[in-house]
Amino acid sequence: MAKDTPPRRDRLMQQRLARGEAAALGELYDRFATLVHGTAHLVLGDDDAADQVTREVFGYIWENPDAYDPRREGSLRSWVARLTSRQAVHRLRQTEARAFAERGGGSPDEVERKVHGAAVAARADYIVSSMPAPLRAALELAYFQRRDYRQTAADLGVTEDEARRRLRLGLQLLSTAHTRPLDGLTPPPASGGPR
Amino acid sequence: MTDPCDGPDDPQGPHGPDGPDEHRDPHGPHDPDEHRDPHGPHDPDERRDPRGPRRPDEPRVPRGPGDPARAHAAVPRIPAPRRAADDHRDTDEADEAGEADGVVNACGTSGVPVADDGNDTATEGRASVPSVDIPDPERPPGAASSGPAEPGPLPHQLLKSLLGAWALTACSAEESAAVEAHLTECAPCADEALRLRDAVGLLHPRERELDLDPLLRSRVLENCLGRRPARIPVPGWAEPYDAETARLDALLRDIGPPEWHAPVRLRWFDGERPASRRTTVAGVIGHLTAVDGIVASALGLDDPLITLRPPDRASGATTAVPGPDAGFPPGAPAERTEAYWDGGRHPLTRAVHTPWREQSHALIRTVSFAGRGVADLSVSYGDFSLPLRDALLDRAFECWMHADDIAQAVSYPYGPPSGAHLHHMIDLAARLLPAALAHRRRAGLAGPAQHLVVPGAPGRSLHLEVEGAGGGDWYIALDSPAAFGAPDRAVAQVAVEGEEFCRLVAGHVPPEEAALGRRGDREAIHDVLHAAASLSRL
Repeated sequence: MAKDTPPRRDRLMQQRLARGEAAALGELYDRFATLVHGTAHLVLGDDDAADQVTREVFGYIWENPDAYDPRREGSLRSWVARLTSRQAVHRLRQTEARAFAERGGGSPDEVERKVHGAAVAARADYIVSSMPAPLRAALELAYFQRRDYRQTAADLGVTEDEARRRLRLGLQLLSTAHTRPLDGLTPPPASGGPR
Repeated sequence: MTDPCDGPDDPQGPHGPDGPDEHRDPHGPHDPDEHRDPHGPHDPDERRDPRGPRRPDEPRVPRGPGDPARAHAAVPRIPAPRRAADDHRDTDEADEAGEADGVVNACGTSGVPVADDGNDTATEGRASVPSVDIPDPERPPGAASSGPAEPGPLPHQLLKSLLGAWALTACSAEESAAVEAHLTECAPCADEALRLRDAVGLLHPRERELDLDPLLRSRVLENCLGRRPARIPVPGWAEPYDAETARLDALLRDIGPPEWHAPVRLRWFDGERPASRRTTVAGVIGHLTAVDGIVASALGLDDPLITLRPPDRASGATTAVPGPDAGFPPGAPAERTEAYWDGGRHPLTRAVHTPWREQSHALIRTVSFAGRGVADLSVSYGDFSLPLRDALLDRAFECWMHADDIAQAVSYPYGPPSGAHLHHMIDLAARLLPAALAHRRRAGLAGPAQHLVVPGAPGRSLHLEVEGAGGGDWYIALDSPAAFGAPDRAVAQVAVEGEEFCRLVAGHVPPEEAALGRRGDREAIHDVLHAAASLSRL
């Protein structure tokens, strides 16, 4: 499948990180900090916790640059997103479990449901943010601006067929948030803990 | 025959499901940013849904969840002929073709499809070739001729293509009804409808990304480097540039396309009075790119002005511009900036962002690899030069000041650099002050030296006391750059907040108006403050 991010760019970044180039670390941060922090914030709903996850994720990548395998993991961006989601969900589970243990109410199922919901939401968020811009634009118009597909077509300057196609395709992509194996339901990276 | 729902329009469309991760062509034809006006014309009140407002999180569910999916077991998998659906079709086309009567008539026979349900074998062939116009005995002969491209009754393919719009309640009432009727009969479509409807529940307004704490970057990087030291570190003297360009980059990524055209007034002090120049946010980035290019060229990187050179000028259409070898690209910041502004496509757009960022990243990377000696490499600005370590510090300072200009233009909060970096910037200005004073003295803009000083010996000094984060005490030699300042030779004292001093040095505040405490020799204070302001330039 064609990736719009040149895989070469990702490989190059990995090589530079592996070489211990601090400038590459800075560039990595500049490229992905918004993604990492945003995802963590979405899952955890807390700024400090999101800061912490951001630290952990970049720390993990910097310490384990070889953990990224471009052939297996896809783009660096999607790998970073999965890593973040996993780490954030892990932290959420810990937090919730602790809260559950302390107050006693609720049930482990509730914790699991909340964690699951957060993981799906994080994944959906990533899918929306990384889907092709034309699809996102169509969804944006139809859902948030409440345009029907004919108006959407007119707004985007495309045929009605194309507008229908984009809306359907966009939702199909989004629906994979439910069906794909969820990140965060596996253990977090071994050395991903805070310093 | 494959499942009729495995149409050609699957997710492997031209955009691919695994879509471009980072690709958002800013100039692409479908750039949502360009098309969407947040305050735009889409009044939610003029919605098309006649059935009242929809709650975004609760899309209208045609039937109970799972109902269509379960129902399909009981109904034939192959859709019945869709005459009734056809009747619900948008009446526009029918009206255009003068068929309104036919539609009304057909609506009166809505029981027909049910009667056809038993006719499985007869309909199977039809359903599998939905794009073929199905002969319909009840259809007026004129209908077929209304357009050979018309796919007859609302065919399976069309209904399927409507599923997304249906799940979003973004089709007409007639179409919704047709889709819903179809769902009771077509299991694959019913499955997909459920999936898409659930997907709608996952849409939520993307919160405007909260501004990342700019200090988070240094904390994160520090944490990383503490865990695993860099083998190729960024030199300490390049860190302010690294930090400031990253801060500005974050701001730029946060602003919308129209804001790139927000007017910005660049201010500086031309030696005698405040000067200014009007440009836009994009113009400011062009300015930074052009002047950073001085440092880039000194390091052997490509000069951004070379590629910017407009073809019409290169062809010699105008005489005002020197030929390729006659001093192009220019060396001084102001000329380089004008050349960049003139040379770019007009007006400059956010397209200037990427080249600026790539150049700043390349600079940081290059100095990281260049080794120790490069810090002293001389960088020429035309009529003066600085060692690379100071040049990059100066660029960091400019980056902050102009980021602040931009932030003000687009009403964005923007703080000062970290205390440590601010300290280095103030220190650079303090070190440049004696030479600037001497320069002004030669130009008759400052009072005469009062003492002959022995080079390398302490001389008459001004005590610059900078308060706040990044502050400290500096002693500015007044009579000669060759002397050095000393506390016991101080004849005057200026006390000022760090940021205010930087604004003075940037020419953003005139020397007379700077908020500072003065004590002692008034002429010395006057001369030093004016010299500080004259460190600024376009």
